[in-house]
Amino acid sequence: MSPPLLGVVEEEGQSNVTLLASPASAESVCLNGLELKERNYMGLSDCSSVDSSAVSAASDERKTRLNLKATELRLGLPGSQSPERNPELSLLSSAQFDEKPFFPLHPSNDGHYSTQKNVVSGNKRGFSDAMDEFSESKFLSKSEVNAMLSPRPSPNMGLKPGMLENLGVQQAKVKEIVAPKAGQERSHVANETRPPHNSSANNSSAPAPKYEIICKTLRMISGIPFFGRAQVVGWPPIKSFRKNSLATTSKNTEEVDGKAGPGALFIKVSMDGAPYLRKVDLRNYSAYQELSSALEKMFSCFTIGQYGSHGAPGREMLSESKLKDLLHGSEYVLTYEDKDGDWMLVGDVPWEMFIETCKRLRIMKSSDAIGLVSLPQLETKEDKHWSPQEPWRNAKTGISQLFA
Amino acid sequence: MGPNPKMRKEFPDSTRSSPFPDEVLERVLSLLKSHKDRSAVSLVCKDWYNAESWSRAHVFIGNCYSVSPEIVARRFPRVKSVTLKGKPRFSDFNLVPENWGADVHPWLAVFVAKYPFLEELRLKRMAVSDESLEFLALNFPNFKVLSLLSCDGFSTDGLAAIATHCKNLTQLDIQENGIDDKSGSWLSCFPENFTSLEVLNFANLNTDVNFDALERLVSRCKSLNVLKANKSISLEHLQRLLVCAPQLIELGTGSFMPELTARQYAELENSFIQLKNLNTLSGLWEASAPYLPVLYPACTNLTFLNLSYAFLQSLELESLLCHCPHLQRLWVLDTVGDKGLEAVGSNCPLLEELRVFPADPFDEEVIHGVTEAGFLAVSYGCRRLHYVLYFCRQMTNAAVATIVQNCPDFTHFRLCIMNPGQPDYLTNEPMDEAFGAVVRTCTKLQRLSVSGLLTDLTFEYIGQYAKNLETLSVAFAGSSDRGMQCMLEGCPKLRKLEIRDCPFGNAALLSGLEKYESMRSLWMSACNVTMSGCRLLAREMPRLNVEVMKDDGSDESQADKVYVYRSVVGPRRDAPPCVLNLSGL
Repeated sequence: MSPPLLGVVEEEGQSNVTLLASPASAESVCLNGLELKERNYMGLSDCSSVDSSAVSAASDERKTRLNLKATELRLGLPGSQSPERNPELSLLSSAQFDEKPFFPLHPSNDGHYSTQKNVVSGNKRGFSDAMDEFSESKFLSKSEVNAMLSPRPSPNMGLKPGMLENLGVQQAKVKEIVAPKAGQERSHVANETRPPHNSSANNSSAPAPKYEIICKTLRMISGIPFFGRAQVVGWPPIKSFRKNSLATTSKNTEEVDGKAGPGALFIKVSMDGAPYLRKVDLRNYSAYQELSSALEKMFSCFTIGQYGSHGAPGREMLSESKLKDLLHGSEYVLTYEDKDGDWMLVGDVPWEMFIETCKRLRIMKSSDAIGLVSLPQLETKEDKHWSPQEPWRNAKTGISQLFA
Repeated sequence: MGPNPKMRKEFPDSTRSSPFPDEVLERVLSLLKSHKDRSAVSLVCKDWYNAESWSRAHVFIGNCYSVSPEIVARRFPRVKSVTLKGKPRFSDFNLVPENWGADVHPWLAVFVAKYPFLEELRLKRMAVSDESLEFLALNFPNFKVLSLLSCDGFSTDGLAAIATHCKNLTQLDIQENGIDDKSGSWLSCFPENFTSLEVLNFANLNTDVNFDALERLVSRCKSLNVLKANKSISLEHLQRLLVCAPQLIELGTGSFMPELTARQYAELENSFIQLKNLNTLSGLWEASAPYLPVLYPACTNLTFLNLSYAFLQSLELESLLCHCPHLQRLWVLDTVGDKGLEAVGSNCPLLEELRVFPADPFDEEVIHGVTEAGFLAVSYGCRRLHYVLYFCRQMTNAAVATIVQNCPDFTHFRLCIMNPGQPDYLTNEPMDEAFGAVVRTCTKLQRLSVSGLLTDLTFEYIGQYAKNLETLSVAFAGSSDRGMQCMLEGCPKLRKLEIRDCPFGNAALLSGLEKYESMRSLWMSACNVTMSGCRLLAREMPRLNVEVMKDDGSDESQADKVYVYRSVVGPRRDAPPCVLNLSGL
C-alpha cells in the first residue's frame, strides 16, 4: 500500500511523511505531510504559531477596519461578521479571525472573521470563543491569514429566506474568555492585516441559486451588512420548508410573547453599540417625526457614550439637537425590518403602511447603512468617517446601477 | 447468493434444500413484510432467494444510486410498491446543489415496462418533474398511492395530472417539498365520479384551493380517513369539512386564525365532538388561545399531536395537554418554553416521542426557547420516551446524564444545541460526558445526532458503547482524525454517517476503507479531506462511489463535500458538472 500513498504524498510535495503501511493500520498513518499543505478544519493550512504581535493596529484603526469589514460587500455568505463586534469586548484571538471559518469564503471576501460567529448575548459564549477554547492546540494560532485561507465559499451562500428575516440587531456581547486549556494568548487582531479584496468578485460564485436567493443576494450586495449573528449554511439543521413556514407565520402573528394586545404594537428597537434594547409601541405615534423624537429621547444616554468613544469632541453634554444631528445627520440611520425580513430605510412608505409592516427597528450606524441610504447623503458621510476602500466603492456604485 | 453446497452435502436425502414446493414457500414468505427479514431470507439458499424475489411486493431502495431500476426489476418481477430515496439528507439544509440528481424519471421509464401494474410510489428527496408526474398518471392504470416527501422539481401542474388521470388513487401525500406552487386548481381536477381517496395531505401547499371542490371531494370519498389541509382553509371551511368527514382518523387543520362568530364557534366545537376516531392532529397554523378549546373534545384518543406550526405558550399547551391523556407523539415549538415542557411531563405519561423545534432559530436575542430544564422535566414525567429531537440554546452534561437515566430506552436521540461548539454552560466543559452517558445508558440507540462542544472523547465513547447505532450525525465536533476513526472502528451497525465542519482529514476518511461497503453512505462536508485522499479511497474501494463537490473558489486540493456510497452499478452517469466522480478513474 505504500506506493499509492507515496504517490499521493508526492503530489503534495511533502517530504516528511509517515507512510501508510497498509490500509488496516490506519492509525499508523501520520499524514503530516499532507497536513502541511492541507487545511486544518478551520480551513487554514498549518502554519507557525500566531504572531501575536501582528495585532498591531491601533484600536481606532481596528474599529475602523472592523466597520469596513462589516460593510464590505459580499455575497451574503454566512458567517460574515457582525459589525458591532466591539473589539474591546471581544477577546477573540487573532487566530480565530484568521482562521478559516466553517463557512469558508472566498479569500477575497474573507476579510475577516466571516466565521459563523454566533454572537451571543448574555451569558452565552460566542461560538468563536468556544471554538477557540477547545481547538487551541490544533487549529489556533495560525495567523497568517492571507496566505492560507482556503477559500471555500459555500455554494449555497447560506441565503435562506429565514436568514434575512432574522438579521437581528446584535450587540456584540461576547463574554470574556476564560483561560483556555492551553493558554492561547488571545489578542484581538481582527484581520486587518488582510486587505479587503474584491468582494464583488465573489458574487458570481454561487452556482445557480434559486430565484429568490438571487434577489436576496442582490439586496445583500446592495449593502445590507451582516450584522448580528452570522449565519451558517444549513445550521441549525431545520428543513427549509419548516423555516419558511415558521417565518411567514411568525410575521403574521403579533409578538410571540403575547404581550401585545390588539391596541398596542410593541416592537423592539435596537441601537448599534447600546447594551440593551428598548421597545416602542408604534401605535403611540402618528408620524415618523414623533417616532424619531421618541427614539432620540430613549437612546440619548447611549449616544452620548458612543459619540465619545468615536473620538468625537469632548464629553460635553449633548443636547437634543445634537442628538438629532447624530440620528439624522451623520452618525446614525434609522432602519426597520419588514415582514419579509428585509432591512429597509425608515421613511419611504406612508406611516400607516410602515406600522403594518414594521417588525423591528434598528438604529444603525451610517457606516453600516450603505445601500440603504441614498447615495448623495452617503458620499459625505463616508468621507468623514472612514477611508473608502476602492473595490468596495466600485462595487457599491456598481450595485446602484443594478437598481437604476 | 447461490446454492449452498455444504447444505446439500449435509442433507443428502433432499435433492433440494427446501422440502416444500415453491408455491408454499412463496406463500409463507409473502407474509414477511420487513425488508431486513426478507434480505435475511434471501440469503439462505437459491430456492429461498428465488421464492423471496417472486413474493416481494414492496421494495425499499434507500439510495437510488446504489442500484439500477433494471437490476431491481430483474430481481423482483412482481413488485407493486416502491419506496425510493435519493439525495443525501443534508440536502434538506441546502448543502447539496439543486441539480444534483436523483431524478425519478429513469425509474419510471423502467417501471412502465416491468411494473405496469405498479400501485404505490413513495419518494423521498428525489427530483420529480411535472412530466414525470404526468407520465406516472397516464401509464399506470392501477396507481393508488403517491407520497412525495422532501422532493423538488415539480409544480402544482404535476399534481393536476395526478388528480385528473389516476382513477384509482387512494393516497396523495405531499409533504415538505420544494414545490412550485402555482395555483390550487389542481384540486379541482379530481373527476366528479372519483371516490376512492383515503388519504389527502396537501398541507405543504400555500395557494388557495377551490373550497367547494374540496368539500365535494371530501363528501363523496367516504373512505377518507386522513385529511391534512393547507393554510388556505379557514376555520369556517374546516367546520364544513368536518361535517362531511366525521370518520377522519388524522386531521390537519388549516389556518386556525380566529375569526368566527359565536354561532360558528359553537358549530366548530360540535364538529370536533363528532370526531370520535381522531388519533392525529396537526396544522393549527396561527392557533391562538381562545380557539384551542374547540379541539378538546377531539383529543381524547389522540396519539399524535403536531403543534410545530403553532406558536403556543406554556399555558395554552398545558390546557390542551390536559385533554390528551393518550398522547404518544408530540411535536411543539419552543415557544412553549420549559414551563410548557413541564406540563408535558405532568400530563403525558405515555409519551414516546417528543420533538421541540425552534420558533426563531436565527434570532440571537431570543431569550425564550427551551433549556435543559424542559428536557429534564419531560424525562421525569415520560419514562417511555424513546425518540427525541430537541433544539435548545443551552445544555449541561449533568442534565443529559439524568435524562437518560430516567429514560434509558432511547432509540433516537437528536440533540441540537444551536450554537455550534457550545460547551456545558454551567461548567464550561465539553459536552463529551453528556453523549457518553447517552451511549452508555441507551443500549438500544439507533440514531444519534450530536452537538455542542465535543472533543474526540465523545467519539471514543460512541465507538465503544453504541453497538446498535445505525445513523450518526456530527457537526462542529471532534478534535482530530481519531474522532472519526473511533466512530468507524467502533459502531458495528453503522449505516449512515454524516459529518460537517469537523477536523477530520484523510487519515480519518481512509480508516473506514473496509467499513463503507457495509454502510449505505458517508457524507463529509467542510472537513479536512483532500482530493488525493478521496482518490485514494476510490482507487482502493472500486465498489464505492466517491463523489466530490467543490465549492467555488476553493483550493484545488480541497474536497469540500464528499459523498461516498456503495453501489452495484458503478459511478452514476447523470452527475452534474459540479459533482466529480472519482470512482472508476
